[in-house]
Amino acid sequence: MRQNSLQQRLGLNTLRFFVLLVLLFLGIILWEVFSKGSGVINSGFLFDYPRKGMTLGGIFPTIMGTIFVTLVTTIFAIPMGIATAIYLSEYANDNTVNRLIRASIRNLAGVPSIIYGLFGVAVFVQGMGLGSSVLSSGLTLGLLTLPYIITTTEEALKNVPHSYREGALALGATKWEAIWTNVLPSAVSGIVTGSILGLSRAAGETAPILFTGVAFYLRYLPASVSDSFMAMPYHLYILSTQHHAIEEVRPLAYGTALVLLSLVFVLNIIAFIIRYRYRNFNKARI
Amino acid sequence: MKTKLAVRDLHLHYGTKEVLKGINLDIPENNIVALIGPSGCGKSTLLRAMNRMHDLNPEAKVKGKILLDDDDIYAPGKDVVAVRRKIGMVFQKPNPFPKSIFDNIAYGLKIAGENDKHKLHAIVERTLRSSYLWEEVKDDLDKSALSLSGGQQQRLCIARAVAVQPEVLLMDEPCSALDPISTAKIEALMLELKKEYTIVIVTHNMQQAQRVADLTAFMYFGEVIEFAPTRQLFDAPQMELTANYLNGNFG
Repeated sequence: MRQNSLQQRLGLNTLRFFVLLVLLFLGIILWEVFSKGSGVINSGFLFDYPRKGMTLGGIFPTIMGTIFVTLVTTIFAIPMGIATAIYLSEYANDNTVNRLIRASIRNLAGVPSIIYGLFGVAVFVQGMGLGSSVLSSGLTLGLLTLPYIITTTEEALKNVPHSYREGALALGATKWEAIWTNVLPSAVSGIVTGSILGLSRAAGETAPILFTGVAFYLRYLPASVSDSFMAMPYHLYILSTQHHAIEEVRPLAYGTALVLLSLVFVLNIIAFIIRYRYRNFNKARI
Repeated sequence: MKTKLAVRDLHLHYGTKEVLKGINLDIPENNIVALIGPSGCGKSTLLRAMNRMHDLNPEAKVKGKILLDDDDIYAPGKDVVAVRRKIGMVFQKPNPFPKSIFDNIAYGLKIAGENDKHKLHAIVERTLRSSYLWEEVKDDLDKSALSLSGGQQQRLCIARAVAVQPEVLLMDEPCSALDPISTAKIEALMLELKKEYTIVIVTHNMQQAQRVADLTAFMYFGEVIEFAPTRQLFDAPQMELTANYLNGNFG
């Protein structure tokens, strides 16, 4: 008996220790970025172009570039990902072909992002002749996020009780009506959360845009999807490894990191709000 | 009495297992017919066959006919949506949609293309009144249906099925998750509803079958052993299996 309670305490404390360890690392990262980056953040940093070989000025074009590319990714990946997930979850039979498709999609989520970058060059930039552009990068990032969106959406749909579907069908709904009016609204919070987390990962990727559209320095903002662009993650990479005066621009690098983190944070807040708004109607059943 | 729903030599296989072995059953109009029998005897399976719910399961193979007013619902090319509009279903566990009370009742009507707000309101009110739910929820029509109690949820589900004015109502153990008071309310509702609808109910509760059903069918291992007026079946069963089951010798 006493030995049992000793084991219990030991187990619990071990778990606590690891949780604290994880929180500690997270805290160090946030503190590091915030303390070293917050000093350079002002309106000039957010709304100005880089000047004097990037040693002065702001990161305005990189912010706009990242937002622009993420928008293209959203438009491409979200409808396609959700449609695929609906098909796999609601329509596809459980046969060998479909199991193979599912397994492939899950495996794609683990493919290194640089591979997606190479694929993007081969297919979008050269194959389809889209050139080094916002569109090529957005599509490449879209491919990168698709497996993530499909998997999370499929999980969200699977969590909708079967009785919602049967109930709708029994009232004379077609299968599509049951999905559209009943299953999807119940799964919205899961779908939105998964999609936004996928997009926020895409917004921070460097490798897939490296060969497909991002530029070292541009004097102007991309005017259309066929232009090149600057982006925060790549800018950060340049400032921390490729610059001629790395030590001098270190604060700017941290500032960029802070802005990028904030963007991801805002996306997550949006996901949280949407989840919260839909929660009231999905409260626990009897 | 006119036969509303006629089951003719119905076989159903799940994969290689035969779950229904040639069912024949005549369900008269404006009657309540109870299906009783031990667990796994195929009563729910039969009920679900009556509005083609097995279509969703690729494992299930149906052979035979079910005639609704002499019209086979399994005929090739039959519109399954039209069938389900005429044959509604209430499930074992209350399954209100995660929508408002109003939207739950209006769901079937909207699906059928009714968009006139005044008309929807009128039908929702009438349906809720006829399910004796109106007084309890009239101020909360915009609230989530999931906030209702279990018994209220089930009456809401019955109201939802009735709102589209089907001809037959199938009920799969509608009271198995409810307390005696809610059960009594639903039974009273069923007796009211049978004036306009034909009802088939699956139940494990022998008293319930005796309280509400005009006719009762006893099923055992995928076959209808005995089908007779409820009083007769319970008081003087003709088959030995039925008598054994009613005496609690198995099941």
